Amino acid sequence: MDTFPELAKLQAGETVNLSRRRFLAGTAVGALVLGFGLPLGIPRVQAATHAERGTQVPAFLEIRPDGTVRLLSPFMEGGQGPFTAMAQIVGEELDVDPANFVVESAPPGEAYVVMENGMRITGGSMSVRMSYPTMRRLGALARAMLLQAGAEKLGVPLAELSTTPGTVVHTTTGRSIPYGELAGRAMDLPVPDPTTLKLRDPATFRWIGKPVMRLDARDKSTGKAMYCIDITVENMLHAAVQHAPRLGMTVGGLRNEAEVKAMHGVHSVHQLPGAVAVVARRWWHAKRAVEALQVDWQEAAAGATVRAMPADFSSDRWVEHLGATQGPARDEEQAGDFAATLGSAPTKVEASYHNQYLNHAQLEPPSALARFNPDGTLEVWLPNQAPDMFRDDIAKRTGLDASQITLHSPLLGGFFGRHFLYESANPYPQAIALAKAVGQPVKLIWSREEEFLRDVLRPVATVKFRAALDADGMPIALEAVSATEGPTEALAGKQGEKIDPTALEGLSGKAYAIAHKRIAQVYVKGPAMLGYWRSVGNSLNDFFYESFLDELADKGGKDPFELRLHLLRDNPRLTHLLQAVGELSGGWKRGPFTAEDGSRRARGVAMASPFGSEAAVIAEVSIENGQVKVHDIWQAIDPGSIVNPAIIEHQVNGAVALGLSQTLVEEAVYVDGMPRARNYDLYPILPPSRMARVHVRIIESGAKMGGIGEPPLPAVAPAVANAVAQLTGKRVRSLPMSRHTFS
Amino acid sequence: MELRINGAAYQVEAQADTPLLWVLRDDLGLTGTKYGCGLAQCGACSVLVDGVVVRACVTPVAGVEGREVSTIEAIEDDPVGKKVVAAWVEHQVAQCGYCQSGQVMAATALLKHTPNPSNEQIDAAMVNLCRCGTYNAIHAAMHALAQGEKA
Repeated sequence: MDTFPELAKLQAGETVNLSRRRFLAGTAVGALVLGFGLPLGIPRVQAATHAERGTQVPAFLEIRPDGTVRLLSPFMEGGQGPFTAMAQIVGEELDVDPANFVVESAPPGEAYVVMENGMRITGGSMSVRMSYPTMRRLGALARAMLLQAGAEKLGVPLAELSTTPGTVVHTTTGRSIPYGELAGRAMDLPVPDPTTLKLRDPATFRWIGKPVMRLDARDKSTGKAMYCIDITVENMLHAAVQHAPRLGMTVGGLRNEAEVKAMHGVHSVHQLPGAVAVVARRWWHAKRAVEALQVDWQEAAAGATVRAMPADFSSDRWVEHLGATQGPARDEEQAGDFAATLGSAPTKVEASYHNQYLNHAQLEPPSALARFNPDGTLEVWLPNQAPDMFRDDIAKRTGLDASQITLHSPLLGGFFGRHFLYESANPYPQAIALAKAVGQPVKLIWSREEEFLRDVLRPVATVKFRAALDADGMPIALEAVSATEGPTEALAGKQGEKIDPTALEGLSGKAYAIAHKRIAQVYVKGPAMLGYWRSVGNSLNDFFYESFLDELADKGGKDPFELRLHLLRDNPRLTHLLQAVGELSGGWKRGPFTAEDGSRRARGVAMASPFGSEAAVIAEVSIENGQVKVHDIWQAIDPGSIVNPAIIEHQVNGAVALGLSQTLVEEAVYVDGMPRARNYDLYPILPPSRMARVHVRIIESGAKMGGIGEPPLPAVAPAVANAVAQLTGKRVRSLPMSRHTFS
Repeated sequence: MELRINGAAYQVEAQADTPLLWVLRDDLGLTGTKYGCGLAQCGACSVLVDGVVVRACVTPVAGVEGREVSTIEAIEDDPVGKKVVAAWVEHQVAQCGYCQSGQVMAATALLKHTPNPSNEQIDAAMVNLCRCGTYNAIHAAMHALAQGEKA
């Protein structure tokens, strides 16, 4: 069996092989979790390379004659702001205003493996926190090279030189040279020994920690930003596909191929694994023609390489099945003696929760553009969050050497975990096959309907809680047993030797002082293909846990805010965080109370510890026309230390929106093996009318830097559910709330 | 057929029922107008036709012959559009940015007809979907524009 340590055995200079199979095999045995919740102490990819990571300055930076700095970012921009953050971090040490940066995605390559876990992937809210020291050092190295070049040019000792933004300055004479004039020479100099560098004193930071404007704001407000779907190359044809109605089915035959070939604009008709395609001069022609194709679909053969979707699969029935599955369970977290404590406790509480499948539903439909060049090389443009993995997958599929493949990683029209290497949910293998077949570049776009048919789903779980309260009503024992399949397990196709942390995160790892606890998983392999969705396991598990904690508070006659403070009494960081969100909301008040507009309202509180950060949320709700209205969300978030408070505030807003979406309206329902919704008409995502006001407080506790893209999401759902329970007396134990009625 | 787009005339060969969106994107290379759903659900394809916001993904191209089409590419040629863009930058609205062409067009259409819209008018006009959840930033930008603040 392939395991991750094999990576460490690679010869120097060999491509670091992050190919899907090898990689996921590694994750399945728990060696690491792909991009999410990485355990410490894993073998490091950079063992395969001699150069210290993030020191190959010319690979990252081009300083142009006009002083503009072009930075190739190891991380993809999908809205979370890494391009701007990278410019701030590098610019701070390089001494260039981030506004003078042009940032683009770096190609695949070892030079860009800059994360402290030895990987290069945009995900798990890791980009900034895992590369921060390395990217600072990169900026400092480049500045040192510019100083060296300046010393040569001015003929003065290095020690007499300093910099002001964008300029090398001779301190005694005031003579200066712009970076743009020195860059040509500077980039030819040897990269200095990083240990000789002195980084800037954080007290003197001008851009790190400041609300620097996003570099992409203007292009994204004027239609100039280019996404994969927008890219064209000369002589390019367009393609559309019709997927098999259920994953795993194959093309038996086409009933009307001749008629479709004769349709306006059609170039050719193609059969692909699990799909048919039409190539045309225009995408609209391709789409109309491919939708007109009448296909005899055949049931999946045994041993299909993708997870075959059964004809009788129902998402509702699957959740019932999970609820009825008793075991065996494997323990993820154990403390004290849960069983004995429960047995002798004066008060016991039990409850069962579940959640729903979700789609990513990013606004940009998937696309890929493939071009075979006359020299046999292949160029592919595709949305992705891990270019090396995608390039190596393409190499494997095509038989080309990785060096013959150029991978372009455009801006992503929505992130949310959609752009990982999902075997059945990416259009690039089809685009490559079509480009090969027609001998011309092909851009393939999946229509919104084809995307909803093939998107991988956020996992579902049913969780059975049992807990014990002492004579004072305080929780002393808690057990959560989740029947579920985690996304990493789904990608591996099996359970690993260790539990998939992305299955249980948010149930496990809770900071509350409850002496006796047991967190366990019943692994249930499902028929639906799963993927990562913003905040992954925390997106469901914090809803379960934090809702149940409120049930314990109610049962024990405690205020849920006070109970949390009590359970966190030995944790100053979280005590402070909880007090901060209370303060932010004007002081904790649970209600119900009557608001100024006459509506009855209540508030709920919840916390989460996702992706290295800490979050606390208070929600205020009322009931309008039988449905939940969320008026305000107050969120205090502690990522330890920060790079851009403005981007953080926007990320909190965005995560709250997605959190409200899954709480209030959103679910992927399967009936007869097919999704009920294949567009936004039947798959509602949060509209502006259901957005809440969002109030953010950022706390820099000084703890190790945590993530920002995902951490503000998980506490939203339980805070809302807890408020709803207080207002209506009805405890919601499943999402979305649109499935429930309230009065 | 002849189309007037952003003040210029274009000859295009397209079937009458081809959605305007795909003529803009594939025939004319105006890719700032985005495809999101194809069903007039999300608003990413919003353009102006004779100053009124329409969803180009369900607008047959024949229906805009002889009319004036404005797209995001020319947004700053319009004094109102220029202010909207400035407010969008000032309020740092965009995250992934994919829906923002449509959002800016919808905002411009509203403000051209109703320079000082009420909150209710803003809510009624700004209904395009955004998966990144930029709704509050959009609202803040619109509020500033509605009050005539210099963005």
